[in-house]
Amino acid sequence: MSGALQTALPSSTGPATRALRDPLVAGLVGLCLAAAAALLVAPPAPYLVNAVGQLAAFAILAVSLDLVWGYLGILSLGHGLFFAIGGYVCAMHLLAHGVAATGVLPDFVQFMGWKSLPAYWAGLDHAAYAFVLALALAGLVAFVFGLASFRSRVNGVYFSIISQALVYVAMLLMYRNDTGLGGNNGMTGFPLLFGWPMGAPGVATGLAVATLLALAAVLAGARLLVGSALGRRMLACRDDETRLRTLGYSTTRLKLGIWCLSAMIAALAGILYVPQVGIINPRVLAPDLSIEIAVWVAIGGLGRLGGAVIGAILVNGLKFWLSAAMPEAWPFILSGLVLLVVLVLPNGLLDLPGLRLRPTWLRAAR
Amino acid sequence: MSALVVDALTVAFGRFTALDAVSLAVDPGEVRAVIGPNGAGKTTLLDVISGITKPVSGRVTLGDGIDLTKSSEAAIARAGVRRKFQKPSVFPALTVRENLEIGCGPTLSGRARPARIASVLAEIGLAPRAAVLAGRLAHGEKQWLEIGMVLAAEPALLLLDEPVAGLSDAETAHTAALIRALRRPDRAILVIEHDMGFVEAVADRVTVLHEGRTLYEGSMRGARGDARVIEVFLGR
Repeated sequence: MSGALQTALPSSTGPATRALRDPLVAGLVGLCLAAAAALLVAPPAPYLVNAVGQLAAFAILAVSLDLVWGYLGILSLGHGLFFAIGGYVCAMHLLAHGVAATGVLPDFVQFMGWKSLPAYWAGLDHAAYAFVLALALAGLVAFVFGLASFRSRVNGVYFSIISQALVYVAMLLMYRNDTGLGGNNGMTGFPLLFGWPMGAPGVATGLAVATLLALAAVLAGARLLVGSALGRRMLACRDDETRLRTLGYSTTRLKLGIWCLSAMIAALAGILYVPQVGIINPRVLAPDLSIEIAVWVAIGGLGRLGGAVIGAILVNGLKFWLSAAMPEAWPFILSGLVLLVVLVLPNGLLDLPGLRLRPTWLRAAR
Repeated sequence: MSALVVDALTVAFGRFTALDAVSLAVDPGEVRAVIGPNGAGKTTLLDVISGITKPVSGRVTLGDGIDLTKSSEAAIARAGVRRKFQKPSVFPALTVRENLEIGCGPTLSGRARPARIASVLAEIGLAPRAAVLAGRLAHGEKQWLEIGMVLAAEPALLLLDEPVAGLSDAETAHTAALIRALRRPDRAILVIEHDMGFVEAVADRVTVLHEGRTLYEGSMRGARGDARVIEVFLGR
């Protein structure tokens, strides 16, 4: 599948001007804000609120991957790792918060026969600390892995394979029950969020609204980044790294910085996702889920932030619906979508003529 | 003092010796051409000077004494060395102006950039094409844009790898005029080229490489009359 995704890289002419003055991103940011307002004013059925919130979290994850893959040419097939770091730390906070409020230890701690939470859980009942820890941990793991790879100039498909191996190693680690992180059952049964019972009216709405606002902020921030001088250097690095280096730029520093930023955005998505699904387990570290993130981006339109959001929402929306209606058909439908994109729409669904929002795209495209 | 000194440089790829104890010195203000048949080691020489390839032994020193064989590509570039690649290497997703903006390098202040970009645009004759994506330029225009990108940082040493490969006669003449206009007392230019007419038009001196060794150094006129050079280029 990674071979197919490689061929789905954008044609190298065009995306820069598309990224600048991007009406699609502006429209999506507006849509997020409008949806957030609508949820607050007239909340629909709870399952729908929840679905909107989860889709927004996936969209944030897709934007984080598009930043490094579409704009910097680094295809990560292990972004689930950073999503999981955010998710796991968030779950730890929710459980530690519950323990602090009720004194009841989570199930998995009792199963292990422990009398208290492991020492490294200390302080995690404070939301601000947990939030900072999640982002810092994702940034740190990304920094160490990125530094080792980029300094020794591990690029292209080799980097992709190593990133995939990394997420797999993390999955094996988390399946162990003695990590103090729930083992193969993961962590669930979160009682409270900021002192509110999880099931209280408004909690789901609040989470969905927060995720929509986060998506709007991430999109707007990413748009500013790719439209800046730094963003132009990212495109330059993507298209000809040696050329950029021999013009006096340290591409290692550039790649490392954006890579860590991307990892922290993915962790943010994980933080917002876990309280909405109410569970995290090592399954989020499965390699195929990390590949699926790349599929969302490729289907939506690689190298265009709006494309990443549309891809994530469309594929996951379809998945929500179909995996209930006919679960056994889903893998075939997903594969069919990938083939369609690779063969017919090399730049993703944004290639569909009806979605060409700016006439200049037509000139820039070929 | 020389602008560039290459001292007993040896480069090997496995058991193949690409450069065998090559030495040369380029003066400030000089345009030096390096010529030689395919496989003579010309591009390898540029690879070492720009830091892409590390030698087995030997030194490459820039005017003020920096040993380029121990520096990264980015550090070499910041020391004032710029290279134009053989295959036109421009950033296709960026406009001509954005390419030049990056060409100015990471250290030039933001205030000085617009004037620098405007002067380079005029110099390479692409001012009317400033807003065009570089990927949409014609081959010759890409070559000129890349020359502009390496010029934008006002390099002390300019390395040009086959700047007229694949160009028409008119484009070659235009490029020769452009390179002659780049000559400055404080800038050395090293050109690799197959086109002898072009070399004669731009170079002060030529170095002839053959199978990794220096065969001849001197004027182009002298090279044309040198028995060993004739043998290598024309065969027995």
